[in-house]
Amino acid sequence: MPDLLEVKAIDVFYGDFQALFGVSLGVEVGHIIAVIGANGAGKSTLLKTIAGLMHPRRGELRFRGLALTGTPAFNVVNRGIALVPEGRRLFPSLTVEENLLIGGQSRRSGPWTLARIYDLFPVLAERRHLPAPALSGGQQQMAAIGRALMANPQLLLCDEISLGLAPIVVRDIYTRLPQIAAEGLSLIIVEQDIAQALRAANHVYCLQEGRVALKGPARELTRETISAAYFGV
Amino acid sequence: MQWFNIVVQGVLIGGLYAMFAAGLSLIFGVMRLVNIAHGDLIVLAAYVSLMVTQGMGIDPLTSLLLVVPIMALIGYILQRALLNQTLGDNLLPPLLVTFGLSIIIQNGLLELFTADSRRLQAGALEVQAFELLQGVWIGVLPLLQFAIAVAVIAGLQMLFYRTALGRAFRATSDDQSVAQLMGLDTRHVFAMAMAFSLAVVAVAGVFLAVRTNFDPAIGPARLIFGFEAVIIGGLGSMWGTLAGGIILGVSQAIGAQIDPGWQLLAGHIVFLVILAVRPQGLFPKVSE
Repeated sequence: MPDLLEVKAIDVFYGDFQALFGVSLGVEVGHIIAVIGANGAGKSTLLKTIAGLMHPRRGELRFRGLALTGTPAFNVVNRGIALVPEGRRLFPSLTVEENLLIGGQSRRSGPWTLARIYDLFPVLAERRHLPAPALSGGQQQMAAIGRALMANPQLLLCDEISLGLAPIVVRDIYTRLPQIAAEGLSLIIVEQDIAQALRAANHVYCLQEGRVALKGPARELTRETISAAYFGV
Repeated sequence: MQWFNIVVQGVLIGGLYAMFAAGLSLIFGVMRLVNIAHGDLIVLAAYVSLMVTQGMGIDPLTSLLLVVPIMALIGYILQRALLNQTLGDNLLPPLLVTFGLSIIIQNGLLELFTADSRRLQAGALEVQAFELLQGVWIGVLPLLQFAIAVAVIAGLQMLFYRTALGRAFRATSDDQSVAQLMGLDTRHVFAMAMAFSLAVVAVAGVFLAVRTNFDPAIGPARLIFGFEAVIIGGLGSMWGTLAGGIILGVSQAIGAQIDPGWQLLAGHIVFLVILAVRPQGLFPKVSE
């Protein structure tokens, strides 16, 4: 039984276009879930729906046993779900430190403070007073993760954190995920880089054209079953 | 010396124009809303002050203690109840709604207060002056008005760059949907921006009404002065807005000296020249 987040058969639409068809997913405390799939499979839509930026037309979401369906985004983060959006999307007119501070706006108590974020990503401490766009891509990604952690979430949603970054930077960021999960936090990571996702995750969901094509424990899935689900052959 | 005097008087009135402009600039910066009713809200603030001064027997400057919170509250409610509904990807609905609002305010004031010219009486303060240099007299009231304008601009600058609310304003201006992911209710953030905008409008309205006669129809001209000051100074820069107000004030003063009929025209011409030569304004905020 998933005890943290339950997504039950949600249908999500952009206007008339249906992006998700009866998608279900469960997250347990302390687990890392990877959601993989081709472009346009609905991965980002799923994360946006969990974060409250989009709302399902049918189906429901429950977080820690309570209904989450229809909760607006600014309340979802107060309930303990934070999203690292695709493309980082730091606030360009704010400094690095201001970006982190605004992440802590919800004032949830927990282990994450400015000092802890700077411990996790020391390079951010050096550059705290620079405007966010002055950071390199990898540093911006660290700032975006730090900003989401500042909300002290119980569930962290990471949308394509490796996108557009050098492999060495991606490895650097991924080596810190277990450190983050060790604080009792669960993660859902959306990735195109399947190998990276399989190494980090306990559980994998593969989306294909808005439907769950495959799910299972990360170590039981073979490359063949995944590519079959991924490409729908 | 005569010309020096004219420039000084122009600078002092420029402070008032900067206050007209600051509120416009603030809400445009935060939510990309062009408030066509801004000038009429300035006039509304003048009438609110008129009622407060007459009803309570206090002087106009003291009435600010009531007028500022009243206007801020009106701003908050106006934004939550009406203007938030018009915001979206399309820029036209907020323009049309605030245009309608402008007409409603003008006609509402006309019904309530008639078309008679009114004036707020500030008593002895109105005529006090001191001689700065030989032949250059400075009125205490214009000087006070200018000092308050500078303080208002400095205060807004502090609000934007030194407080959590200012951080929320800038973040919401950058990216609304990510701001929501940070736990910011953008409807509330916008309403707070409008509240601050109308708080500045309240100060501007009271000083306008002490300086000159007012009636329900003078709002649109104040809106134009505000727009001109914002554009001259450069969008997104509070100190630029002050500079824009001063340039507009000085241009009008010099124009009036050449020929009394040229006062407004000179201001508009300087505005058009700057718009043609430097469309981004004199002190645009540097964007990365």
